Amino acid sequence: MKNEFNVIADLIEKDKKVLDVGCADGILMKFLKDNKNINIRGLEISKEKVQECIAKGLTVIEGNAEKDLKQFPDKSFDYVVLSQTLQAFLNPELVLDELLRVGKKAIVTIPNFGYWKVRFHLLFKGTMPITKTLPDEWYNTPNLHMCTIKDFFHFVKSKDIKIFKSLALNNLNTSIINESNLGVKNLFADLGIFLIEK
Amino acid sequence: MNTEKNIKTLIVKKPLKLDCGKTIKDFPVAYETYGSLNSKKDNAILVFHALTGDQFVTGLNPVTKKEGWWSYAVGPDKAIDTNKYFVICSNVIGGCMGSYGPSHKDTDQKIFGTNFPVITINDMVKAQYNLLDHFGIDKLFSITGGSMGGMQVLQFISNFPDKSKTVIPIATTSSHSAQNIAFNELGRQAITADSNWKEGNYTSNNTNPGKGLAVARMAAHITYLSKKGLQEKFGRKLQEREDLKFGFDADFQIESYLRYQGSVFVDRFDANSYLYITRAMDYFDLAKQFKGNLSNAFKNTKAKFFIISFTSDWLYPTQENKDIVIALNSIGADVGFVEIESDKGHDSFLLDVPDFLSALKNFLDKSYEEN
Repeated sequence: MKNEFNVIADLIEKDKKVLDVGCADGILMKFLKDNKNINIRGLEISKEKVQECIAKGLTVIEGNAEKDLKQFPDKSFDYVVLSQTLQAFLNPELVLDELLRVGKKAIVTIPNFGYWKVRFHLLFKGTMPITKTLPDEWYNTPNLHMCTIKDFFHFVKSKDIKIFKSLALNNLNTSIINESNLGVKNLFADLGIFLIEK
Repeated sequence: MNTEKNIKTLIVKKPLKLDCGKTIKDFPVAYETYGSLNSKKDNAILVFHALTGDQFVTGLNPVTKKEGWWSYAVGPDKAIDTNKYFVICSNVIGGCMGSYGPSHKDTDQKIFGTNFPVITINDMVKAQYNLLDHFGIDKLFSITGGSMGGMQVLQFISNFPDKSKTVIPIATTSSHSAQNIAFNELGRQAITADSNWKEGNYTSNNTNPGKGLAVARMAAHITYLSKKGLQEKFGRKLQEREDLKFGFDADFQIESYLRYQGSVFVDRFDANSYLYITRAMDYFDLAKQFKGNLSNAFKNTKAKFFIISFTSDWLYPTQENKDIVIALNSIGADVGFVEIESDKGHDSFLLDVPDFLSALKNFLDKSYEEN
């Protein structure tokens, strides 16, 4: 399991009810179910991935987060997880609002466009950056609204969303982000993980 | 139509008050089983059939001598694996494969015809519930069925919330739509317009409204397929001729196909049963039973739901299946949902659609492992 999922799993206590939005093939769901006795549900848009989840014995609903989150009642999950998908929505703000309505807390991870390799790529090559977390070309990327860790940090603050924990990931290194080190983390982390609540 | 041999029957002694107000008792429920019930009695799956189905789910149907209607899904090593599970299916009341229906006789030894009480999905389910007692099963492992079978699944878990661990409604709806009522009415009108129908008393008049029933079947059959599926299978291909004949014979293969479907159906199905069962489907509105709130139909169950729809099914489209998912999610129920890609229309659930069959198998087997 990738390090991002280990970090997410560590943020969730045992025996909770969790919704994994964009759960893909269900690797995180399966881990949470087997190791933390989590009552876990997934929402996934890809039919193939839904089938993979069913084959793992996971409860998953085929659907689109931009349309289908509204069926869940307010605060019906202890945590809602959204891994590296926020930037792919037509309206990320609306999805974020929905995550925080449905979940008592939300865990959102974002690929950091402020990462130094991304900046270098654009600065020196002059073409759209391609990195491990951003592997696609500009013409076939699902990402519509890229942001940096700094952007997201300011964005949630401006919406009066409470940040419980913000973590910077660079390969296997995890470190805490705060107001004072934001500039540095924004340069050296390729992924940001935020535990938030509204 | 049914012959008595090869049909297992449970006589239900207990009176059953029907939704129409009448009470029936000492009535037969015809059933069939596949696989064997284990000692813990925790491996039973109750399968509900659709409009023209019967209790002979898989293998050779001993009455029609044709393959069972769900042979692709049910059998040894299949999606519903009879090496592992004990499958029970019964003919719905109102039907014509041995269960109490309009071709049966009343206490005066007169064939009911249209004097048979109007049956609802709720009545069907209550009648079939008696099979649990018959087999000494406290809790089923699963209930499943497509189309009208799915309606029975939803009604069953609503009536008996703790009687099944898992619930799999397929290609169905919680409330029959105007379009579906319209198609059913077309079928009924075809039957009753046949002069051989004789107000439902065709058996005592030694006639059979076969033409009307065949037209009903032909019209319905179109609704079970998709435009794309029809076009790919038949297109404008001609039936055993080089060119158009400028007449009203079956020039096109699709015409010939529909005529064939109509004619074989007449041999195995009772016209009055067709009226009764389509009526039961039309009356089905689970939300209405709960004052317009479908979620309340499921609020007492802890069962695990898995709902399946098909992309090309325009009779019970994905949205109607999703409405059930939404109702379940709004009360925090354990529900999974998948829409299967298929151009075989509503009939997809009866056919060899690998993604569907593997999803069904994986859901059942993984859920059973967790038992």
